[in-house]
Amino acid sequence: MSAARPEGAAARPERAARPGSGVVQVSGEVIATRRVGAYHHLTIVAPGVAELARPGQFAALAVGGPTTGNLLRRSFSIHKVSPSGTYGGTLDLVIAAKGPGTEWLTALRAHDTVDVVAPLGRPFPLPTEPVATVLVGGGYGSAPLFWLADVLRERGCSVEMVLGAASEDRLFGVVEARRAADGVTVTTDDGSAGHKGWVSDVLPEVFRRTGAPVAYACGPMGMLQSVTRVAADHGAVAQVAVEESMACGVGVCMTCVMPVRDKAGVTKMVRSCVEGPVFRGDRIRWEAFHDGVCGVPEDTVGAPRVGGH
Amino acid sequence: MAVDMSVTFTGRTLPNPVMTASGCAANGRELHRFFDVSHLGAFVTKTVMMDPRSGRGTPRMAETASGMLNSIGLQGPGIHAFVENDLPWLKSVGARVLVSIAGNTAGEFADVAKVLVDSDAFDCVVGVEVNISCPNVANRGLVFACDPLASGKVIALVREQLPRDVPMFAKLTPDVTDIVSIADAAVKSGATGLTMINTLLGMVIDTDRLRPHLGGITGGLSGPSIRPVAVRALWQVTAAMRDGRFQTVPLIGVGGVRTGRDALELIAAGATGIQVGTATFNDPTAPQRVLTELEALAESHGVARITELVGVAHDRMVIP
Ligand SMILES: Cc1cc2nc3c(=O)[nH]c(=O)nc-3n(C[C@H](O)[C@H](O)[C@H](O)COP(=O)(O)OP(=O)(O)OC[C@H]3O[C@@H](n4cnc5c(N)ncnc54)[C@H](O)[C@@H]3O)c2cc1C
Ligand SMILES: Cc1cc2nc3c(=O)[nH]c(=O)nc-3n(C[C@H](O)[C@H](O)[C@H](O)COP(=O)(O)O)c2cc1C
Ligand code: FES
Repeated sequence: MSAARPEGAAARPERAARPGSGVVQVSGEVIATRRVGAYHHLTIVAPGVAELARPGQFAALAVGGPTTGNLLRRSFSIHKVSPSGTYGGTLDLVIAAKGPGTEWLTALRAHDTVDVVAPLGRPFPLPTEPVATVLVGGGYGSAPLFWLADVLRERGCSVEMVLGAASEDRLFGVVEARRAADGVTVTTDDGSAGHKGWVSDVLPEVFRRTGAPVAYACGPMGMLQSVTRVAADHGAVAQVAVEESMACGVGVCMTCVMPVRDKAGVTKMVRSCVEGPVFRGDRIRWEAFHDGVCGVPEDTVGAPRVGGH
Repeated sequence: MAVDMSVTFTGRTLPNPVMTASGCAANGRELHRFFDVSHLGAFVTKTVMMDPRSGRGTPRMAETASGMLNSIGLQGPGIHAFVENDLPWLKSVGARVLVSIAGNTAGEFADVAKVLVDSDAFDCVVGVEVNISCPNVANRGLVFACDPLASGKVIALVREQLPRDVPMFAKLTPDVTDIVSIADAAVKSGATGLTMINTLLGMVIDTDRLRPHLGGITGGLSGPSIRPVAVRALWQVTAAMRDGRFQTVPLIGVGGVRTGRDALELIAAGATGIQVGTATFNDPTAPQRVLTELEALAESHGVARITELVGVAHDRMVIP
């Protein structure tokens, strides 16, 4: 092995992960990258992902190349996958440049490579009956919803979409939504597109009109909480895809936890990368979240005892 | 010619020196999706205590230059659930397991060890790693491993619970004035090996919100940025053992290993075993890859056995 070659890259196989494990690790080639409003839409060749992925699952990407000082993986909802094509299977992601990792990813050009682990996490559970559904996306949170809409409509479900963002450039996929959904409502905080206000302002009407028993949502935590509340007010269940800081994305670091009740009503600090990112909204202990910090509710299994450590 | 990668700890031979690091690999199932964990020298489990623990709130981590800060708070299922669910699974896939244990008090460490020893799958356990880098409730939360007396007490109590032929490693923190004195106390109290190093205490402030980034305020620093500290700790303890200051025991090196070359650096400083921690978050196959790279490097150095390289840097100093 030559001394100049970074070992981290040299010995990594083209494609890791074991057969039947439901996940692959691939060195993916970027084949297209384009700006969409405030976001970057990347298409990456990632053989093996499309066959395994379901809407709501995510991909964890390494950033900065083999000798990078940014070691932690960055997670992104899978926007769509296609099993084969001129390049072999591909994976599409929608990325907002925010910090060093997403800056690096959005600066990638065609033919650059990026290490991808996907698909990860639990997908959106699908209804067994052809029911009415409401899909709510906040900002880039709409990315996984178009693919979900296609799958729902294949099953005979009707799909109403509500897309919200701070401003027009932060909406993703409004045109795509008109194709994928039976009805679309748009909101922006500043009124630069659609209704001025939040998705929670328009949702009650959408639930009343459609009578949907299930809602699917992806976006900021505050929005997911209000979708859960409005859904409950209308007798519907919300399935929400959460976003918590993740270091590994594969279940080994325990950084991505949040307090969630199980079927029996018992609260545990669960890993959102393996038991999520999709949870039933009414199982999440929303009251534990405050301004970017999440506490451990006192009745959580193994919670620090009062007066303890 | 292929290098013999096997290493021996207290009479137990492992096929190679590479292991996961406690808390960086969960309890096996997750990484087994990426590579066969039974191919590692040993699988090191997440530190387990007596009762289930929720750990801390979030944010639990911050990325730092070539590393990260974490404040998990030893989240875990408790030793009873561990021996019921996790250990039998590790055994079923043929893994050799180094079980990491801790306690809030010295007595709890021993109680945890007893439950482990009495468990059905104990035969897959190739050693116990005693994580003394955790707070001692009886002494205002002072970390056991910062105090030679408290360290010695824990080690002695755990030793009483373990069969004599089971290797027992004390895992040390580098956050002490003199790591050699802690190593000395652990070995005198019955540790048959030492694991070095645990994370260094650090802190990050969120400069947008101008408040501590972590929910737990301070956290443990890990990753390639701490590797020189691990090399130093291994070097000092190895030098002390070579000087006859206390009995020579095998060392497991951990801290910032990302490549086979990093592993070789720790071995040359005195480590017999190697654990790969934070690098696993960057690349889930990292432990396996480090092993492959280490083997190739050892071969390029022309040795027949990896153990020939243990502490080799101590013999190669050029003193003009
Ligand atoms: C399941 C899931 C799906 C996501 N989908 C998308 C998506 O489709 N498009 C998109 O633009 N972003 C998405 N995010 C958020 C994205 O992961 C973060 O914006 C990104 O990791 C920030 O990296 P950075 O280097 O720019 O920022 P930094 O703040 O420098 O990141 C430092 C570390 O913190 C973690 N981190 C920081 N912010 C977040 C966050 N909001 N969520 C998770 N980890 C974070 C990073 O992974 C990294 O390990 C998703 C997050 C999750 C958990
Ligand atoms: C997220 C995380 C959790 C950890 N949990 C434990 C633990 O439970 N017990 C323990 O002994 N060490 C724990 N460690 C420390 C590692 O085992 C290791 O000693 C340290 O991170 C240095 O190695 P590295 O730089 O390769 O990560 C943890 C480290 C990290 C990053
Ligand atoms: S991100 Fe590491 S366990 Fe979830």
